[in-house]
Amino acid sequence: MSEIRNYTMNFGPQHPSAHGVLRLVLELDGETIQKADPHIGLLHRGTEKLAESKPFNQSIGYMDRLDYVSMMCNEHAYVLAIESLLGVAAPERAQYIRVMFDEITRILNHLMWIGAHAIDIGAMTVFLLAFKEREELMDLYEAVSGARMHATYYRPGGVHRDLPDSMPKYQASKWRSQKDCDRMNESRQGSMLDFILAFTRRFPKCVDDYETLLTDNRIWKQRTVNIGVVTPERALQLGFTGPMLRGSGVEWDLRRKQPYEVYDRLDFDIPVGVNGDCYDRYLVRVAEMRQSTRIIAQCAEWLQGNPGPVMADNTKVRAPRRVQMKEDMESLIHHFKFFTEGYCVPEGETYAAVEAPKGELGVYLVSDGANKPYRLKVRAPGFVHLSALDEMVRGHMLADVVAVIGTQDIVFGEVDR
Amino acid sequence: MSEHIEALARDVDAQLQGRGTRVPSLAHELTYEIPAASLLDAARILRDHPALKFDLLVDVTAVDYLQFREEQWVTQSASNTGFSRGRSPASRMQPAEEHAMPPRPAAGARFAVVYHLLSVANNQRIRLRVKCESDEDPVVDSVVPLWASANWFEREVFDLFGIIFRGHPDLRRILTDYGFTGHPFRKDFPLIGNVEVRYDTERKRVVYEPVSIEPRVLVPKVIRDDNRYNPALKQ
Repeated sequence: MSEIRNYTMNFGPQHPSAHGVLRLVLELDGETIQKADPHIGLLHRGTEKLAESKPFNQSIGYMDRLDYVSMMCNEHAYVLAIESLLGVAAPERAQYIRVMFDEITRILNHLMWIGAHAIDIGAMTVFLLAFKEREELMDLYEAVSGARMHATYYRPGGVHRDLPDSMPKYQASKWRSQKDCDRMNESRQGSMLDFILAFTRRFPKCVDDYETLLTDNRIWKQRTVNIGVVTPERALQLGFTGPMLRGSGVEWDLRRKQPYEVYDRLDFDIPVGVNGDCYDRYLVRVAEMRQSTRIIAQCAEWLQGNPGPVMADNTKVRAPRRVQMKEDMESLIHHFKFFTEGYCVPEGETYAAVEAPKGELGVYLVSDGANKPYRLKVRAPGFVHLSALDEMVRGHMLADVVAVIGTQDIVFGEVDR
Repeated sequence: MSEHIEALARDVDAQLQGRGTRVPSLAHELTYEIPAASLLDAARILRDHPALKFDLLVDVTAVDYLQFREEQWVTQSASNTGFSRGRSPASRMQPAEEHAMPPRPAAGARFAVVYHLLSVANNQRIRLRVKCESDEDPVVDSVVPLWASANWFEREVFDLFGIIFRGHPDLRRILTDYGFTGHPFRKDFPLIGNVEVRYDTERKRVVYEPVSIEPRVLVPKVIRDDNRYNPALKQ
């Protein structure tokens, strides 16, 4: 008589479907998961501790590197927390720019997610299509900040600089003919906002393409329907936010419920799922991409008609202008102190949250009146979602673990911090 | 904005019945300090009472108040050290006595655990602060029985701050390396850590050694008086 026993298996940290450096210790009964124990922290860099040792503005760049596929949303929560303690508000134009880039970031994130999720459970083409559009959005990041990913674009009191008047263009080379370049540069002839508006007109068709490949796909449905079902009560109990919570049918979106910046002036819908399974969360995220496109178009139109300052006229948070600095001794001193010492933030504590693509990304900031944060805590949505992985995969098959990791949209930069 | 905060504060005061006291916070936020002994009672009321219904635990974290208001460079009087040399320990000073300092946020305790709650039903937020009575062996009751999401948050706080959560089902380290010693987010833990790793070609394995670099401060911490934020001058 053969002896039947459970297997303990290591999944990751170098498994391609583990979305980074997740190490899962799975206890298996045959191919059924009895228990999943995620081991995290392989990417722990101590961002919060590092931020305690630097002036406030120098940590903005660290925020990009938390959730490294939704960079500007992380910055947003951080600068909102500083602004809340300082009592500084960004000018209207800066708020629209921030909202627009938050939504561009949401599309960036969801494109990454749909590509990775699909390739994880066997659909190759979506990945290639999604990355094609992602490239255009990366170009926007680059045009506005100089960096394709880690933009460091937001500042307490606004954004670093106004939108550029032109888009960078492709140049002919050994590998790319002049004809190809002309075709690719067609939408880049006008200003950056023209390029964005052209994108918003074109992008819904791209989403249709992804849906053609997935939504009614029999294999896709077999892999996602009724996988990782979470009831609304459990979703709240487990601390879910963002698409994970909305996929379970709870209509909760900070952009609508606790609007920050100019979200209360924009017209958009909150997609909500019904069954709380992987398929519904997929539908929610796809619908979110369409809604984000609407928001981007509204912002771009507003920005076209309303020039203005993009940085609060508050000398506490902004460096003096170059011209002033050259003529005025006090401005020179201010400039020097601003970049060496930074600014002091009044004593107090605050919690600022934004609706990041993955859920509620919050920053809890404690200041003791110094030029550095006394304590910074980043509340990462991925951390909470991953903590529910055990519950979501219990009783499922081994292959479904991959689907659940994909649907949680895990990024280890923010889980491990 | 602050009217609904006041209304919420009245509800919370009525339900907690002295289990917590409101502490000053920004106008759009609400903070309560809860004695460690009544944390579970207070949390249960906040979660279950229909007028409050804080059904989502957003965050659990901790603060180490060891170096609160401790400067690394003198700003109150003229100093004989430059800003760039503020990193040397000799120029550090405690807050001057003549400036009557307001009490620290956690009233003398070194560690405080901070909970952020959210009510999805009523669209409200609240922050709870529980100070740990002992500085050496900080212990707080676990809220995992009330909110499942507290599980990993409390593991993280245990890992990084060394605060024990009484009644936690699985209190293991979570973010730091296997076999790590110390609690890195405590203020007396050096930023550069205590050990470094490298691959030893002779022994054919990764070895741990004491760090070879000196800890240093790149930008000294300064606290400047800013009358714009002085509450006494605001009226």
